[in-house]
Amino acid sequence: MIAEFGQISLILALVLASLLATLPLWGAYRNNQALMNMAPSLVVGHFVFLLAAFLALATSFLRHDFTVINVAINSNLLLPWYYRLVATWGSHEGSLLVWMLILGGWMLAVALLSRKVLPNYFMARVLAVMGMISVGFLLFTILTSNPFDRILPGPPDGQDLNPLLQDWAMIIHPPMLYMGYVGMSVAFAFAIAGLLSGRMQKEWVRWSRPWTLAAWAFLSAGIMLGSWWAYYELGWGGWWFWDPVENASFIPWLIATALIHAQAVTEKRGAFPAWTILLSIAAFSTVLLGAFIVRSGVLTSVHAFAVDPERGVFILSYMVLVTGAALALYAVRAPRVMTGQGFGYVSRESTLLVNNVFMTVAAAMVILGTLYPLLIDLMGWGQISVGPPYFSVMFILMMIPIVALMPLGPFTRWGQDDLKRVVSPLTISAVAAIVAGTAIAVLLGAFNLRAVTGWIGGLWLILGALAYLWHQKKAARRLRLTGGQTGMILAHAGVGVFVIGVAMVESMTYERTVRFAPGDTRELAGYTWHLEEIAPVKGKNWIATEGRFTVYRGDREITRLNPQQRLYHRGQQVMTQVSLQAGFARDLYIAMGEPLNDGTGAWSIRIQIHPFVRWIWFGAFMVTLGALTAASDKRYWKPYRAADEMPAGSQGAQPA
Amino acid sequence: MTPTRKKRLTIVGIVVLSVGAAAAVALSALQDNLMFFVSPSDLYAQTLPDERQLRLGGLVVEGSVSRDPESMEVSFAVTDGAHSIPVTYVGLLPTLFREGQGVIAHGRIDNGVFQAREVLARHDETYMPNEVARALEAAGTPHQVTMPTTRSNASSDY
Repeated sequence: MIAEFGQISLILALVLASLLATLPLWGAYRNNQALMNMAPSLVVGHFVFLLAAFLALATSFLRHDFTVINVAINSNLLLPWYYRLVATWGSHEGSLLVWMLILGGWMLAVALLSRKVLPNYFMARVLAVMGMISVGFLLFTILTSNPFDRILPGPPDGQDLNPLLQDWAMIIHPPMLYMGYVGMSVAFAFAIAGLLSGRMQKEWVRWSRPWTLAAWAFLSAGIMLGSWWAYYELGWGGWWFWDPVENASFIPWLIATALIHAQAVTEKRGAFPAWTILLSIAAFSTVLLGAFIVRSGVLTSVHAFAVDPERGVFILSYMVLVTGAALALYAVRAPRVMTGQGFGYVSRESTLLVNNVFMTVAAAMVILGTLYPLLIDLMGWGQISVGPPYFSVMFILMMIPIVALMPLGPFTRWGQDDLKRVVSPLTISAVAAIVAGTAIAVLLGAFNLRAVTGWIGGLWLILGALAYLWHQKKAARRLRLTGGQTGMILAHAGVGVFVIGVAMVESMTYERTVRFAPGDTRELAGYTWHLEEIAPVKGKNWIATEGRFTVYRGDREITRLNPQQRLYHRGQQVMTQVSLQAGFARDLYIAMGEPLNDGTGAWSIRIQIHPFVRWIWFGAFMVTLGALTAASDKRYWKPYRAADEMPAGSQGAQPA
Repeated sequence: MTPTRKKRLTIVGIVVLSVGAAAAVALSALQDNLMFFVSPSDLYAQTLPDERQLRLGGLVVEGSVSRDPESMEVSFAVTDGAHSIPVTYVGLLPTLFREGQGVIAHGRIDNGVFQAREVLARHDETYMPNEVARALEAAGTPHQVTMPTTRSNASSDY
């Protein structure tokens, strides 16, 4: 019964989404207030039915309803309740349901939070465009990936949730990532609504900014959580693999990074508005491209969902339709898009333009590397893949100018500035970064090109952000930063922390695979590693062989580490459960390999030391926090007054 | 031309030039890092330049896995049914690496022995990498990929 209830809710949500996609749009066209005012109520109904559908699936999982195929495949009687909840979005079908629930949630958030900010006709258009997007996803779910399909009679017990997903990070990683993906549809909807309205670019860009920033923050957080999960759960000790599925999340992130910076220019100066619109469209299109990569199974990847050509064709057609329609509208309306004020070579506009060029080129590189094998295969030229070194080389090339120029941006004035004036307050930061960066790298025994440039670049970003703070404090007697400024300082410094982490991990990671028998003691990398015993342990739905290590530095005991090799009852899957001790400057990381069967009970054990690896995620966390702070800037949330709106073409000389 | 236009043109020119340069670098980097997928039969049939990075895919030959207790070097053989190629690797094998199962190794060929830098097996035990399935088919031994079925309570004793 519950599954049927979910099924009906899904269909009702589709009906409401179809109404939402049409009626308010017609209302905005005919200036019919009644039709426009229907949008928020439809959004509420749409969300309620999606929530009902989601709860129906979650209940089926929690109650072990194995007559639902999705439950039978992804859950079993032994699975603890919290992982049964994770299993709700552990499969392709369930994750789509969460995707749509989050889309419904964003629509609800826009309808509630921007209620006073947006004029009626604009709100109606934004919600209608999001309604169209929802229609597409609901059709996709109902036609190709119904999570409520039944099998009668149901099996007495289900199979298993992939053990790799039986982890607490899986409770928050996918929803967070989807918040980011789906959030890009908000920026898309604002751009389309802006094109439909055909006037006042500056205003809609300002309205759109907090939503884009929030979506970007969630996308950053989602990618960071995924990286962290891969680090401790996959057992290889890597934090990024340039895997197609990772790239699928990284491409929209790069485009969205360009977008939030382009929006700043368009909002403040009215310059490159057409580019901002294009980026808004591209951000959502690349999200759909990512969905295609992950859900069609065309690319061999570590964690793509199952192969199904029908789904791939649907998503691809949907992507072509959405992008094509948006670009067609753009082509028709672009001539009406205003042109902004000109700007000099040394100006805030130029620095942001440089950011945009590098971010979009980096995105293009990643797209090329990800899709090239697919293209070659389609052409029948053989099967190839692109090695991670391609991405690393290209990415470092792209990052160097970005890191070098980033601190200059905030100091540069709009319109026209003087290079000397921009550079002088940063002199101390630059000198300090070079001296301290080199000194720290030498003190850490990491005197190599990567580590030294990483420290210098990272400190340059952090000190550059602090210099901006100092500068603002000197300028005003009392330090009062806007949310946007605080967010920018946090995010830019966060990139600095991230850069240091990456440079240290990539240049100084220690790794050895060694033989350990119970009682063995070995000296490795300045630590003493002692294996006391290897013992069997039992969990709720698995049994494991556990190594019990004690790690000493000199005579001092540092920590005990217990890595496991787990065997899950259902499906008999073996999984490595690493044991690690996190630290400010290094992680100790142990993984069990395999028994050597030489009669001594010895195992192959992998020992790794990851220097400064926490800085990678902490930096990304600062970026996320910065973006959320910027999104809360009061200026974006001022109630709408019709008098604010300026007729198209006339540009008041607003101070930046 | 007005000064504004001239300036715009200059900016556009700089952007186009730098994007072009980036594209050139990207394409050459791509060329250097392409890994061709080969089956054991491909390796057997043709002599490839030794320095080329390759992706070798096939099934791990039953009973072929052995590990040197001191150097921790693993050696095994990969087959597509028609031919098999010896592989060596230093490090931990993925947990789903099993004899008789599909595997992909990245590395290069050296005197007839494939030196793997990285060995991949899928997370999912029923999964057969696309490329491997096609290679097996080409060698005339299509592998039946069975869908997971519900099993009776299979717990092993410890």
